[in-house]
Amino acid sequence: MSNTHTSPGLWALAWRRLRGDKVAMVSLAVVGAFFLLMIASASGLVGANWEDEVAVSYAPPTFMGADTDGGIDGVDGVVHASDERSTPTPVNVLDPLADDIAELRAQMGSNPAAGVEMYGVTDPLSDDLTALRASMGKTKKIIAHKASTLPFGADKWGHDVIDKTIKGGETSIVVGLVAALLAVVLGTVFGAVSGYFGGIVDDFFNWFYSIFTSIPSILMILTVAAVLQQKGVLTIVLILGLTGWTGPYRLIRAEYIKHKAREYVMAADAIGASHWRKMFSHIFPNISHVALVQMSILVVGFIKAEVILSFLGFGVPVGTVSWGSMLNEAQNELILGKWWQLTAAAAAMAVLVTAFSLFTDALRDALDPKVK
Amino acid sequence: MDQNNLLEVRDLRVIFRLDKKNTFEAVKGISFDVPRNSTVALVGESGSGKSVSSLAVMGLLPPDNTIIDPASSIHFGGRNLLELSIAERRTMCGKDISMIFQEPMSSLNPVFTVGFQIAEVLRQHMGMNRKQARARTLELLEEVGIPDPATKIDAYPSQMSGGQQQRVMIAMAIACEPKLLIADEPTTALDVTIQKQIMDLIAALQKKHQMSVLFITHDLGLVGEIADHVIVMRHGEVRETGEVRQVFEAAKDTYTQALLHCRPSLDERPWRLPVIADYMEGKAGPGVEIAQRTRGYTPGDEPVLVVKNLSKSFYLRDGWFGKREFQAVKDVSFTLPRGKTLGVVGESGSGKTTVGLTLLRLHQATGGTAMFHGKDLISMPNKEYLPYKRRIQIIFQNPYASLNPRFTVGQILLEPMRIHNIGANDKERIAKAYWLLDKVGLPEQAFHRYPHEFSGGQRQRIAIARCLTMQPEILVCDESVSALDVSVQAQVLNLLQDLQDEFGLSYIFISHDLSVVKYIADQVMVMHKGQVVEMADSDELYRNPVHPYTQTLLSAIPRGVQL
Repeated sequence: MSNTHTSPGLWALAWRRLRGDKVAMVSLAVVGAFFLLMIASASGLVGANWEDEVAVSYAPPTFMGADTDGGIDGVDGVVHASDERSTPTPVNVLDPLADDIAELRAQMGSNPAAGVEMYGVTDPLSDDLTALRASMGKTKKIIAHKASTLPFGADKWGHDVIDKTIKGGETSIVVGLVAALLAVVLGTVFGAVSGYFGGIVDDFFNWFYSIFTSIPSILMILTVAAVLQQKGVLTIVLILGLTGWTGPYRLIRAEYIKHKAREYVMAADAIGASHWRKMFSHIFPNISHVALVQMSILVVGFIKAEVILSFLGFGVPVGTVSWGSMLNEAQNELILGKWWQLTAAAAAMAVLVTAFSLFTDALRDALDPKVK
Repeated sequence: MDQNNLLEVRDLRVIFRLDKKNTFEAVKGISFDVPRNSTVALVGESGSGKSVSSLAVMGLLPPDNTIIDPASSIHFGGRNLLELSIAERRTMCGKDISMIFQEPMSSLNPVFTVGFQIAEVLRQHMGMNRKQARARTLELLEEVGIPDPATKIDAYPSQMSGGQQQRVMIAMAIACEPKLLIADEPTTALDVTIQKQIMDLIAALQKKHQMSVLFITHDLGLVGEIADHVIVMRHGEVRETGEVRQVFEAAKDTYTQALLHCRPSLDERPWRLPVIADYMEGKAGPGVEIAQRTRGYTPGDEPVLVVKNLSKSFYLRDGWFGKREFQAVKDVSFTLPRGKTLGVVGESGSGKTTVGLTLLRLHQATGGTAMFHGKDLISMPNKEYLPYKRRIQIIFQNPYASLNPRFTVGQILLEPMRIHNIGANDKERIAKAYWLLDKVGLPEQAFHRYPHEFSGGQRQRIAIARCLTMQPEILVCDESVSALDVSVQAQVLNLLQDLQDEFGLSYIFISHDLSVVKYIADQVMVMHKGQVVEMADSDELYRNPVHPYTQTLLSAIPRGVQL
């Protein structure tokens, strides 16, 4: 018998069609590059040192040249942490409280020790603080000389924006992928059960769905965030996954209703296949393209949603970087004219989302050529 | 161009682009004429290029992937249609040439009334105003025999039967008094009695309006009743053209002879049906004697299945809380002996399919008993029924729908054996699957392929092989050969017959096709509106129909040319 001959299945044929589509292949390459970068970043090959303060605060991109107006930091590259406090704020002539402030300053100036004396109370954390400072001195690399410019600039703390964008991309893509997977799995299981069994089961899921969707989505997200209490990547994944299943549910349910009456399912019934077998072994492969397309649409949506969540302050915790948290920081920076962090995060996200969307469209056409 | 000819097609060559590299030549340079005031039939099996040719005349082929050879010409009334601009062609189609399609249900727009849809044609092509168009629409509906046109003009397509919908399509097609009417399998989707009415209507309209009709069909039997000329096509080529009488009486081409004889006839019952290959190789044909088979229940038959008063009701929602009962099957009783075939005949909606599905418990019966080896299949609990499932199996009508497109043939065949624990291990099961593929006449390589790579007849063989994996005793064939081409139909019928002879299977053969049932069935049960109106041995029933409904059915069978 000839086991060598195997015929192209649905996926092989879809791949063949996809290969003929230039836009699809370019967008696939872009998406692939992002994923490779994500893997490299997760395994520590790139962007692992993003937290190092390698440059002066708000070091501009190299092509703009170093800041020459002095700014907050000295051009010598040495950070003067005390500079800010020691230099007195220039007097604002329009301030109605100007006189009071001048008076207060005069008092403090006459008795500078009054502000730091702690009213005779010893700081209970002082020992811990000294210990911490000592250990930080040991572990954290001390960068003797901080760069005045970086290829794409630095943020407030002097982190390299490129490294930060890569690391942030890792968080965003992982959140997008895992949350989309969770949402599609939930939607598929609910949709399959609801559509296949119909009747009371279907009614139950539909009621659930209706109630769920009647709540404004942002309120829903905030509610889940409030219930889960803690910040973290897992929390965001759960928030997005638990609120995002409604779209796939509706579509998968419709597909199951359509397919359960098909003759091949009746034929499976006739040979004695169980409900479970009919649902997932017979019907699911026939509608898997719907789930896949839903998944890729959701990935795009969730990457954007993570940004909004982080922007609202429900996003990733301090110490983790994502494109959303970068954009969140950028709102303050933009006032100071430091546009590079915003540009880097927004551009990376825009390129990935556009490429992913184009790829999704092409994928749908390839899997369902009749639509075209 | 000959003045007598309305349409002259010369060297028509249509090529489809499949992808960047591959092309498929659907029509290979055919030529034919449609004379004025006559009916020409274009006959062929699926893939013969008959529909493609007619669509080329109408200019309805998808422009993206169709290449029509520049040397081709289609002259209509002195002008070459292929050289006209799109706008000129569009005014010509619909006005001078119009078309009726196979599926009236999908050709009519469900959200507009039929009156609106007919009037639209009139306003577009004849420049009528709203009032004139409505008056003319009423006349047209009257002409095509719609009862009570004054109310039906405002009906939606879904409120009409299939036959009425096809009449509306015809009314739309003749609205502008076209010179040429192209009818593409206009009766294939309809019941046999309705088919006869539509054929009569087309013939009458052709005479009345002095138009030409290009009638496309796969059924040679129909052709004999309506056509003046016949063109037989196969694989994109014309095999034979001629006067209808000459083609039927003395076909020159072997393929035409084969087509004429592959269809089971009402007058004889050969041991095996001749297939096209037999004719092409000269194994069958005029002068070759074929052994005949006799059929009928005999007193010594051992009954396998005894069905008594089987009933099935569906409940339709009526208003907010109300339910309306619809009795699909009422008190059906019959006996099926081992190794015999019970034919179930009826029109759509007669409940014949429901009988089959309730016996397999794919529908839950409302009442009655079905005794199988002393056990009642209808009333036993689901769990107890499972071992019986494999002993009574079904082959569905549409082989394109009944096989899971994501399973390979191997998976399709192994799955039932795994579910029912047939065979000791997978190795044994695979061996059995190969043996069955061979039995149903498929090559070994089929095991690794997907259903979409097979033709309709081959898929039906896969479906049969899947049933055989479970070694059933009863096989319900629900319109199992209706979707197949005439020649393939003969092959599958032969296969079913061989399997019955070899394994002693009992068949319940459900079909709307009376000649096929006559050929294969020992006893025939005629159903009408859910009830059995007549049941008798097949020879007896066809010779001597008692019930008026049976008589109507039998008289509606197209018999070809009455010699």
